[in-house]
Amino acid sequence: MTPLLITPLIAVLAVPSLAVAVLVMSADYRISAALNVGFSVVSLAAAVWLLIEGPFVTELFLVDDFNIYLVLLNAFIGCTTAIFSAAYIGHELETGRLTPRILGLYHAMYQAMMGAMALALLSNNIGLMWVGIEVATVSTVMMVGIYRTPQALEAAWKYFILGSVGIALAFLGTIFVYVAAEQQLGGGLASMAWTGLKASAATLDAGLLSLAFVFLLIGYGTKAGLVPLHAWLPDAHAEGPTPVSAVLSGLLLNVALYALLRFKIILAGNPATIPVGPVLVVMGLVSLIFAAVMLYRRSDIKRFFAYSSIEHMGIVAFAFGMGGPLANFAGLMHMTMHSLTKSAIFFAVGHIAQVTHSQRFADIRGLSVSHPGLAVAFAFGVLAIAGLPPFGVFVSEFLVVSSSFARQPLLAVPLAIGLLIGFGALIWRLQDVLFGTPNPAYAPRQASLLPVYVHMILVLVAGLWLPDPVRRWFETVAAQLG
Amino acid sequence: MGDFAFDLAHLLSGLMVVVSMVLLYQDRLTAMLNVFAAHAMLLGAAVGWQAEVQGAGHLWITAGIAFVFKGIVIPTALHAMVRRLGIHREIETVVGVGPTLIAALALTALAVLVVMPATEYANPLAREDLAFALAVVLLGLLMMITRRNAVSQIVGFMSLENGLILAAAGAKGMPLVVEVSVAFSVLIAFIVFGVFVFRIRERFDTVDIGTLERYRGEQQDGA
Repeated sequence: MTPLLITPLIAVLAVPSLAVAVLVMSADYRISAALNVGFSVVSLAAAVWLLIEGPFVTELFLVDDFNIYLVLLNAFIGCTTAIFSAAYIGHELETGRLTPRILGLYHAMYQAMMGAMALALLSNNIGLMWVGIEVATVSTVMMVGIYRTPQALEAAWKYFILGSVGIALAFLGTIFVYVAAEQQLGGGLASMAWTGLKASAATLDAGLLSLAFVFLLIGYGTKAGLVPLHAWLPDAHAEGPTPVSAVLSGLLLNVALYALLRFKIILAGNPATIPVGPVLVVMGLVSLIFAAVMLYRRSDIKRFFAYSSIEHMGIVAFAFGMGGPLANFAGLMHMTMHSLTKSAIFFAVGHIAQVTHSQRFADIRGLSVSHPGLAVAFAFGVLAIAGLPPFGVFVSEFLVVSSSFARQPLLAVPLAIGLLIGFGALIWRLQDVLFGTPNPAYAPRQASLLPVYVHMILVLVAGLWLPDPVRRWFETVAAQLG
Repeated sequence: MGDFAFDLAHLLSGLMVVVSMVLLYQDRLTAMLNVFAAHAMLLGAAVGWQAEVQGAGHLWITAGIAFVFKGIVIPTALHAMVRRLGIHREIETVVGVGPTLIAALALTALAVLVVMPATEYANPLAREDLAFALAVVLLGLLMMITRRNAVSQIVGFMSLENGLILAAAGAKGMPLVVEVSVAFSVLIAFIVFGVFVFRIRERFDTVDIGTLERYRGEQQDGA
């Protein structure tokens, strides 16, 4: 392994670590917000560099087609969220909801989470990946509880308890995988490496692998927000600062699902294990329909979009559970499109909550009159996530439905019904927010909508024309997923 | 040597399951913390014995962390916290002792029934250890479910993690990376928990998690 190949990898992991050390010490919130943006931009550059250097494998780290695009997506959304966060935090300070003292911690935790997610994605070791997800959980707990209100503490406590128990069970699953591998591969680091596990999957003890997957599914499934393991998710999204909601929905759910998919590849390599696909299909469908129905009963705008995230993770889980090149392709694309769209929606929602001083739909009216720019940006996001053409979400949802029709026509029916129920709720709430008489007390705030538009343009472009390298990329990974 | 190694490993991990059950029926926080300290010290002994049998030097570190950190430092700190909050008698259980212990027995049986058939070809030393470890994990979960007091939830979670370390130590030759990371995660978890306990106390004048439920955002919904 040439040192040149490793350098970008080290950069991707070292930049956030350095950022944590610097930001913990930073006292002035303006400087720390600017530093946060700066470090995020450098992280993005490092991720691009890693992409250029291409795939390689070491004893502890693995860069392949599957994880590199998630690393890049994470770095990109991490960067735009940092830019949004700087403006958002400034406003929260003005209104006194946050104190400058606590913001050093906030920014440090933000970078810790980004670094931990990169570690989880890039590690070639199931133990190291577990450490990454654990650290990401703990750092987001700190951020969810940052407002120190009773609701925020309740949300953080619930998230911490459920997240920790989930991650503990995932560790137990990891140990079982190791025990299965140890008999064949002789223990040590080799028995925990993805590459080794995948290559020798067929020779591993099927009973142990199946048992391990049960724990891994409960553990990482909790983090991915799949019903019925989703209880922490709406609270954490609603009570934390909006930039945290954006990265939770856009990134952390993906990373947990990524971990599950890696284990799915291993189990797929051994015909004697329990079939993983049907389990994911069922959980995906239940998540989709449950969340879509629950959307109608939500009166809090952030909670509403948190349930929408559960819905979309359900669609993704369904697609991967279905399997095959087309469904996997659709799943990968939907994961990407959902991340971009949902984080953009949360940016807009953050601005909306700040101008209307409320997160309740009942208090949010007539934004098209009072804040036309914000209303347009929000409408783009909601129309995209509802699955209307020409946005990328439409393409990926269409592919999920059509691949399901081709393979299992009966399953396409509940899938389509779930999508329609969700669609109705989104359009209904969109009308609520856009039309009606605005409250004169709304703050006349000029929000920076650049991050929203950057995301929405990418989603729009992907819906109209998927660039060839990206398409080939998705196809390679889809084939790998089996 | 073989038989003795086997028996002592079983004795120690079996004792951990028993102490997990004892944890379940403590009705005073101070007594519960003492039982937890015994739980962690047993873990230290069990991991130490695995280190000796497997000839795995790095496991001694894990044993030391379990014994000193979880057996002495954390219980002492929690004792201090309990004294400071003046809550040493408060334990609110959701389910009575009888049903809890019956559930505990059922979970232990479940752990053995699930692990033993699945590990037929595994190293026999690891095999029973994994079964007992799973039982300890499940009992820790049960404790977290049946207690509403924040401190007892912390103890339940830490006893759950003791089960994880027992499992990791039983898996022959599992790299050090993982054990240390688990120990660190306990440390971080403890800090976070500690912070939250004080914050909750500040806000609500109690550490009963039930009080928090009043503030659940969901109740505003359905309008």
